[in-house]
Amino acid sequence: MSLLILTHRHRVAIERHAAATYPEECCGVLIGRAHPERREVLIEQVLPARNEREEARENRFVIAPEVVLAATRQARSAGLDVVGYYHSHPDHPAEPSDFDREHAWPGLSYVIVAVEKGEPGAVRSWRLADDRSRFEEEGLEEPRAATRPARSVERSARG
Amino acid sequence: MSVRVQIPTPLRRFTDENGEVEVEAGTVEEALRALTERHPDLARHLYDDAGRLRSFVNVFLGDEDVRHLDGPATAVSPGDCLLIIPSIAGGLGAPAAGESRR
Repeated sequence: MSLLILTHRHRVAIERHAAATYPEECCGVLIGRAHPERREVLIEQVLPARNEREEARENRFVIAPEVVLAATRQARSAGLDVVGYYHSHPDHPAEPSDFDREHAWPGLSYVIVAVEKGEPGAVRSWRLADDRSRFEEEGLEEPRAATRPARSVERSARG
Repeated sequence: MSVRVQIPTPLRRFTDENGEVEVEAGTVEEALRALTERHPDLARHLYDDAGRLRSFVNVFLGDEDVRHLDGPATAVSPGDCLLIIPSIAGGLGAPAAGESRR
């Protein structure tokens, strides 16, 4: 099983974003480094993004491609890459839906945080199988001392 | 004519880890078809079962989304660079009112 390494500070940032947008879904970009030889992904930055949906933001989210492009360029300028995305499930479990699966790509970590009545709960991470048939859960841990991210800076993802 | 297609990192596993693929094409659609003919495992992540470009897959010619140009029929010139950029979408399992499940 692969492993997503997320600092406590970044996890709290995601949870706070989810709580602040409740009852709507929040979303954002995860920037970091993938280490396929160890099956690990290390998150270095969490970029909150605007949910671009004009309606139904309680159960849908969209991050515009221009935001993805800008985040990718920002990440690469720092020697990093976009390694995944996060969003929240208001009053639903932190498990991906069929809609999530239909709009996902393999090779990325999809972090979902459940928010129950405005309170963040479970935070879980998922990766799409190469045949698109299912998501597979990956482990989610805080970094050990040897793998702490070089820096931990939060900004907003803008298009 | 020869154009370059930049492959997003998560899909490079299907292009032998190449971050850029050069193809012969006259339009955006031709470039994507040439790309998936050369790398068939990429196709399912760009196209749905009906052969349509997945709604969350966007193609940029430089900094311009081709949806704002001529869509898949957008002409490409030698040396042009196409970027495949996803919209990131998702959400809960229950469809919104008036929305199809897809």
